[in-house]
Amino acid sequence: MSEIFVVVEHRNGEIREITYQLLWKADELCRKGSHTLTAVVLCGEKENFISEINDRADRVILFEDERIKNFNGDLYKELLVRLIQEHKPILTLIGHTPWGMDYAPSISIKTGYPLATDCVDVIFENGRPKVVRQIYAGKIFSRVAFKDSEGYLITVRSGAFSIDKAGEHKGEVIKKDIPPDLPTARREFVAFEDAGAGAIDITQADLLVSIGRGVGEADKVPAMQELANLMGGVLSCSRPVVDKNWLPKYHQVGTSGKSVKPKVYLAFGISGAFQHVAGISGAGCVIAVNKDKKAPIFRVADFGVVDDLFKVAEALKAKLA
Amino acid sequence: MEIIVCVKRVPLTQEVDLEINPQKTDIRRDMLAYSINEWDNYAVEEAIVLKEKHGGNVVAVTVGTEEDEEVLRRSLAMGADKAIRVDPGNLLPDSFGIAKILAQVIRGMPHDVVLTGVQADDLNEGSVGTMLAELLDLAHAAVVTGVTAEGEEATVRVELEGGVEEVSRIKLPALLCIQTGINEPRYVSIMGIRKAAKKELNVVKIEDLSLSRNDLSPMTTVEELFLPPETEGAQFLEGDPATVAEEILRILKEKGVKK
Repeated sequence: MSEIFVVVEHRNGEIREITYQLLWKADELCRKGSHTLTAVVLCGEKENFISEINDRADRVILFEDERIKNFNGDLYKELLVRLIQEHKPILTLIGHTPWGMDYAPSISIKTGYPLATDCVDVIFENGRPKVVRQIYAGKIFSRVAFKDSEGYLITVRSGAFSIDKAGEHKGEVIKKDIPPDLPTARREFVAFEDAGAGAIDITQADLLVSIGRGVGEADKVPAMQELANLMGGVLSCSRPVVDKNWLPKYHQVGTSGKSVKPKVYLAFGISGAFQHVAGISGAGCVIAVNKDKKAPIFRVADFGVVDDLFKVAEALKAKLA
Repeated sequence: MEIIVCVKRVPLTQEVDLEINPQKTDIRRDMLAYSINEWDNYAVEEAIVLKEKHGGNVVAVTVGTEEDEEVLRRSLAMGADKAIRVDPGNLLPDSFGIAKILAQVIRGMPHDVVLTGVQADDLNEGSVGTMLAELLDLAHAAVVTGVTAEGEEATVRVELEGGVEEVSRIKLPALLCIQTGINEPRYVSIMGIRKAAKKELNVVKIEDLSLSRNDLSPMTTVEELFLPPETEGAQFLEGDPATVAEEILRILKEKGVKK
């Protein structure tokens, strides 16, 4: 019997959903393996996150300090490494988020605990965790084992587990002092900025005509805009289209863009990376057009068309003209 | 400004039917084409942009076989000054091992900024960069979408979820994991690659890095690869484009989308 740690992620005074997903999985693993669940909160003074999580953990370890009001990778690393060395939890679960990616590998190097990242499942076999990961853009799954260790670190993909409360817990709150020898951070938070605001709001559309890498070049984008107009829809896109500057960021659907909830989401040339798919879970119906029959988008689409997207787009235009 | 950029050659797997090898430990690679990891391509461009602005040198580093030199030559053609390939011999290091190898090479070189991609197209672990930062004891930032260096500091933008960016100040030297979209990677012509053939490309053998086998023993091992579990999946609309278009419009009407 040992402890399982969950590191709580929060931003702007709100707990992020990934935290609840980690707690849900940790609860299951604790029950199966007779472990206890410890949530670790690093936050500013009087941020008051306790009431939102202490019914989901057996213990809440709380570090409160204005230096960690906003995420700080340097300080998270320092505090968590010391805490892990003190408690030796069998498993520490961290979100595979931009912040989790910032400090989980550092902790692995510092503690020597092996790390598996971006995991979609975690199981215990003979007292040792194993994970399932998705590789090659979700086309292949991989079951991964760890070398023998006192403790293990796992970062978990957002959306892999439920946000529901599973078991009953009554978290005892343990307030920890910030060690006086905490080093000065080499990176300091300045501000959050909204990079996704813009001329149109894709979150309010009934119909999104969405384009991906398959569109091929910037010159082809106006024809798809024309189709969106003809259909009475709004043009949106996946990440590569914004990366290549074919469309501004406010068109982007997905974890780093917007989550959308149209009645119909019509995806042209979008392969369906999980970051994109996570943004369309609220869509009423997904129709995907893609040349690649094995594209992951077809796993989540309601309807699929395996064809050249421009042929289908032209045929739609012909019907609507 | 002395800049080091770490790159990796990966198989191109979009629009390709991947097969798993009989041992179920890897994909079958014999039929695949390869290219520079997409994130690393942006990292190389960012390295060149920083050099153009601040002067100095860019060194591209990879861990791999002779075939992997292709991505180094490409980086040289983009504007890197020098390239280093570490030959791992018959070792197959995991991301932890790669980070250790890179750290050992970079430690002996001047560096104000070390760049990596956020992750690689193939295994998307996203851990080499930050592990490397820790091994080199460098300040770091993950998922970087903007860098402005001023003196001994830089302002970096980090991409968070939901279209939010986190702006922070970081002390140099630093390691930055570069996200796609941060810049527009320049075009590389065959001519450019030919011209860059004159630039220095050194090969370092792993034996010469004073790393023990224990240093490089993997933290994780792949037990088994398998295909994604079957889902109900999409209902495929068959027929010529006109038939398919008709069907799509019917579905739109059924779902209450008004034109």
